[in-house]
Amino acid sequence: MTRYPNKSGTTSGFDPVRRKFLSAVVAAAGVTLAPGIVLYGITKPSSALARAPDAAASSEVRWAMLIDLGRCESGCDECVTACSMENGLRGHGRKASDAQWIRKVTISNPDTGVSKSLPVMCQHCAEPPCVDVCPTGASFKRADGIVLVDKHTCIGCRYCMLACPYKARSFIHETLEDQKPHTPRGKGTVESCTLCVHRIDAGGQPACVEACSDTGGGAMLFGDLNDPDSEISQRVAHYATQQIRADLGLDPGVRYRNL
Amino acid sequence: MKPTIYSEIDGRSTRFYALAAILGVFVLSALICAFYMEHYGHYVTGMNNQVVWGMPHVFAFFLIIAASGALNVASIGSVFGKTIYKPLGRLSSLLAVALLLGGLTVLVLDLGRPDRLIVAMTTYNFKSIFAWNIYLYVGFIAVVVVYLWLQMERRMNRYVKTAGMVAFIWRLVLTTGTGSILGFLVAREAYDSAIMAPLFIAMSFSFGLAAYILVLIATCRGSGRELGDVVVRRMGRLLGVFIAGVLYLTAIQHLANMYAAEHTGVERFILLDGGIYTLLFWVGQVFVGGILPLVLVYRQPAGGLQNAVRRMAGASALVIIGGFAQLYVLIIGGQAYPLNLFPDMQVSSSFYDGVIAAYTPSLPEIGLGLGGVALAGLIVLFGIKVLRFLPSTLANKAIDPHHELTANGS
Repeated sequence: MTRYPNKSGTTSGFDPVRRKFLSAVVAAAGVTLAPGIVLYGITKPSSALARAPDAAASSEVRWAMLIDLGRCESGCDECVTACSMENGLRGHGRKASDAQWIRKVTISNPDTGVSKSLPVMCQHCAEPPCVDVCPTGASFKRADGIVLVDKHTCIGCRYCMLACPYKARSFIHETLEDQKPHTPRGKGTVESCTLCVHRIDAGGQPACVEACSDTGGGAMLFGDLNDPDSEISQRVAHYATQQIRADLGLDPGVRYRNL
Repeated sequence: MKPTIYSEIDGRSTRFYALAAILGVFVLSALICAFYMEHYGHYVTGMNNQVVWGMPHVFAFFLIIAASGALNVASIGSVFGKTIYKPLGRLSSLLAVALLLGGLTVLVLDLGRPDRLIVAMTTYNFKSIFAWNIYLYVGFIAVVVVYLWLQMERRMNRYVKTAGMVAFIWRLVLTTGTGSILGFLVAREAYDSAIMAPLFIAMSFSFGLAAYILVLIATCRGSGRELGDVVVRRMGRLLGVFIAGVLYLTAIQHLANMYAAEHTGVERFILLDGGIYTLLFWVGQVFVGGILPLVLVYRQPAGGLQNAVRRMAGASALVIIGGFAQLYVLIIGGQAYPLNLFPDMQVSSSFYDGVIAAYTPSLPEIGLGLGGVALAGLIVLFGIKVLRFLPSTLANKAIDPHHELTANGS
């Protein structure tokens, strides 16, 4: 089951707008009738797939992304803007050391001149080299496949940045202010795309995927690869998809179509 | 042969205090540099998201590699039984620990969060070669301190060979670990190679002996101890073997990489059109750090002691300069060359994909690195003042009873 609002018009299992509306009506009625009883209920995550705050991430799901280059336009960077807004990433006018969690990469074939544009971010590998090399275990992979950095144990050695084949990580080169409460960041530590883990745990989807769907080309699809009925699994099963540097055997969770 | 007599240096001369003060100023400057970097963040350095390891790592790697190599002098005496090297063992052990402490200090002070050293010491990911190295470094210091004690305590001298063997094996494992920090990085074309381990071992033999020769000459000169040309020439010849070893493994490293079509890009970058990296490779690493010291070591006239000492000191200094060039090319050049996410494609982005990364070492980085060298110097200086590390004499007849016999007979 996926929570991806499908642009092609086919249904994908449920209508999130209708669900949100119904939840709101039920919650409003509940609060009016029996506040004490339902108060706990409405503070719980809204989606059936959301993770309760005290529940561990489950290996029964593998969160992943499928990006269709056929729908990704070269001039569009809605995903990049959305990521920066969501996670409070602001440049300091120092391009070489400013953090970038997701970037648009233009690739062109020198023989044919064919050019394509695609977003590249942490690929959330099943066998992440950043996790292997991290001396303190600050780089870790959650059971549901999301690769994260524990900001409390990262010592800022940057070895993971050397090990990552995707150039997905950034080092925080300066003091940060006005951070988003859901995205803790800190000077002297390494960070990368969290797949908007705070949204996923609340039953949502990554900001980049949402923005791509709302105002971009609808090229990004988010879902659970372990669920054979999810739209992402269906598409991966039916269409040829690629992983960047698949030869390294890292099994990235981010897949591309028409690469 | 008479037993070797060791003694402290007097350490009350103006020269001694001047040297200590100069080294102290460098150490203090390094602390200020580190504080400056940590206070403002690493943007004040030349490092960035492309070149994440900069000048501090060149210094730290050099010092750590040289540390394990400096211990070889002791190993040659106690493990391989070469009598002439035995009086040199104590200083060798002291220098090894001093260089390692200097290197580790630089490494720690360059961390994004040096205040979390306790986290690094208590939270381990045992799959990480970096974590193994923390154990190897701390263990090295412990093993060498015990080895040193066994050398210095006459009643325990019988255990020296065993301890020396343990220390020798430990140092080989340690340098294997240091080389593998780069060798295990599969995504980086300049690093991903098993040859990094033996290459680093050869580099450690060479850099460590070069550092030892310089320290030995300086301490003997400074404390007015006699230093015969027998020991100097002998170490010089050994240095030549190590220099040749490094050149050989470097040649294999690049030949093997060039043979694979996928790596010709990075090889072309380092060897042909990499600008500063190509220049440092051919002029710094190969000529200044390889060919020139080989000529100095092997084509020496039969002349006097002073000439031999000067030549060996010169060769050692060149090896050290070449060593820094080699590590700069390897560590920084290897990062400057872009990651190859899309083989055979032309790539561009806002995050420097597909372009050679720029890096200019900053003053705080260099200051921090030099502070590590100065700290090692200060430890040695303090060590030889308070304990008996230095033999009273290294005159030819004192270290080689057959010397005059051979000299007369020849």
